[in-house]
Amino acid sequence: MHWRATSAAGVAAALMLAACGGDDGNGGDANGFMLDVPDIPAHGELGEAEGEVNIIAWPGFVEDGSNNPDADWVSEFTANTGCVVNRRIGETSDQMVTLMRSGDYDLVSASGDASLRLIAGGDVAPINLDLVPHFGDLVDGMKGQIYDHVNGEAYGVPIGRGANILQFNSDAVETPPNSWNVVWEPDSPYAGDIIAYDSPIYIADAAVYLMHHEPDLGITNPYALDSDQLDAAVELLKQQNSLVSEYWALYTNNVSSFQSGTSVVGTSWQVILNVLGDGYDGVLPVEGSTGWSDTWMIAAEPKNPNCAYMWLDWSTQPEINAAISQNFGMAPANALACEGSEENEAHCEIYHATDEDYYANVWFWTTPIEQCIDGRTDVRCTSYQEWTEAWASVKG
Amino acid sequence: MHDMRRPTAHRLSTALHARPRLRLYGLLSLPLLWMFGVYLVSLAMLLVTAFWTTDPFTSKVIPGFTTRNFENILTTSSYLNTAGRTVGIAFLVTLLCAVFALPLGIFMAKVASARWRNFLAMAITLPLWAGYLVKVFAMRISFGENGPVNWLLDPFGLSGPGYGLPAVVLTLTYLWFPFMALPVYTAIRQIPPNLFDAASDLGAGTWRVIRTVVLPLLMPAMIAGSVFTFSLSMGDFIGTQFVGAKVQMLGTVINQNVNLNPPLAAALSVIPIVAVGLYLFAVRRTGALKEL
Repeated sequence: MHWRATSAAGVAAALMLAACGGDDGNGGDANGFMLDVPDIPAHGELGEAEGEVNIIAWPGFVEDGSNNPDADWVSEFTANTGCVVNRRIGETSDQMVTLMRSGDYDLVSASGDASLRLIAGGDVAPINLDLVPHFGDLVDGMKGQIYDHVNGEAYGVPIGRGANILQFNSDAVETPPNSWNVVWEPDSPYAGDIIAYDSPIYIADAAVYLMHHEPDLGITNPYALDSDQLDAAVELLKQQNSLVSEYWALYTNNVSSFQSGTSVVGTSWQVILNVLGDGYDGVLPVEGSTGWSDTWMIAAEPKNPNCAYMWLDWSTQPEINAAISQNFGMAPANALACEGSEENEAHCEIYHATDEDYYANVWFWTTPIEQCIDGRTDVRCTSYQEWTEAWASVKG
Repeated sequence: MHDMRRPTAHRLSTALHARPRLRLYGLLSLPLLWMFGVYLVSLAMLLVTAFWTTDPFTSKVIPGFTTRNFENILTTSSYLNTAGRTVGIAFLVTLLCAVFALPLGIFMAKVASARWRNFLAMAITLPLWAGYLVKVFAMRISFGENGPVNWLLDPFGLSGPGYGLPAVVLTLTYLWFPFMALPVYTAIRQIPPNLFDAASDLGAGTWRVIRTVVLPLLMPAMIAGSVFTFSLSMGDFIGTQFVGAKVQMLGTVINQNVNLNPPLAAALSVIPIVAVGLYLFAVRRTGALKEL
């Protein structure tokens, strides 16, 4: 599952939007945030199936039983619709964007750091929600987010989400921490044993901490940092560098770092914690956290639009969404995927799937762009390129 | 059908026989096409991209001409530090490989029995058969806090280096060692035994023989091996990811930019190209490239 590491990312700054937009699902422009995007029409009506559909997906999202006989939700789809599914595994968000631009694919399971780029680049089309009846079952917290919902139009059908949690070794860390200060402050009792995430997007984690502890900086969204705010976040990351045992980019390295005792506390995912098992625990600290969320997006000019829409609705129905999210290790987007069996209920409990209070404190990964997505218009915000350069300076 | 083809084939071979140049070009055309079409053109494309820019939002590459990427690298201390660190690591790895390869090569070629020699040759080349990732992950496990390295050192009251710069150097040394050991071993085998006899007849001790006879004759092989160890170390980024902890190398920075900001990644990759180019240029004078 190393894909996540190198890339991952997902989504939305939508908390702001949700706060402003209230309970209407499409609060996309409620705070006046508009994005200049190419005008691409949504698919009109469902027609005859073309016989195939080409999908770029994270591992575990499109399974036909060849990896694991128990994970198969493609065979039945093909039998029902006559659409053969050609899957291409995406290794990183950046690679997925590049692949989508080749024009060879109909669908992509885009994370939030890819989706805005695809929308702005004119590579994906808005979704005709009438053709995705199961969209109505999705949890409120995943609808109308900025990463897939621009200028009042939906560009994505949510699949699932997860938070970046504070993971710790229960033997080494006796009192469970409730703040991220154990990974950021020089007086941390775990200095030298802290694991940190190795990606420019980790700058947002520093921003979340500063948002809470340095309100004077005026950060209201960790993905909308002007250059002063970015400098402050980078300063915090450089301070952390001397406390860090190692940076992890690969999922497996997080696991082995905790197992080998190299690290005892640091940022992680629920699915990693599940692998570690007994002796390890995780919390969502008071400052909140970053997180990721993935959505299906359809190409601007799909070769197989009808099969693509059939897949969109097929994979969004409760049983299939439950299978995907349990196979991958994330909270399902469809609320009904949390019902029907003890297994489904237990899974959703672990991942807080329908707990909007939990996710209200989670800032989903989203691509930082020059236009401030917190609505400020008097400053220029820093782009992801600038974040990447800043990240190189953190590691020196 | 046979009879119909024969005259054509026959005519062709007669024509080729009469024109040796045509024959030569015909034979070379495929490798040359590969060399120029695939190898050099893609290298040129890379260099051209280094002068382009990227749309900050969509990450789409915009053709044009700007030296901004190079200015950026030359004025950013973290990039310069990383470049310096990478060259330093590559030198250290090369040095360690040479230091280990020399006694091993002498032992294998001049001391060991045929049985031992075959066993050692196999032991050196065997890791090349294993996947790169497997070897790197094995090194990660070895250097872990509760790993075998610390377990072995513990009885002596010592502990291993853990993840970080020393682990990166040792891991890369392990990975690229065969590329140094094999040419060195081959070169030592080729040294005529009577040179050793002559040297000891004239009163030279073991060390003096190594210093004045073996080393000078070995230089070309060592340099040939070092071209591999140096350039392979310059480009590595996965080993660093596994055992580097906080170490940043050029490869890791390029990897981070390769899809997001290809022009910057291209400009960064010019650094190892220049470093290896300079190294090859210096090495060319020694004549070692003939050994490759």
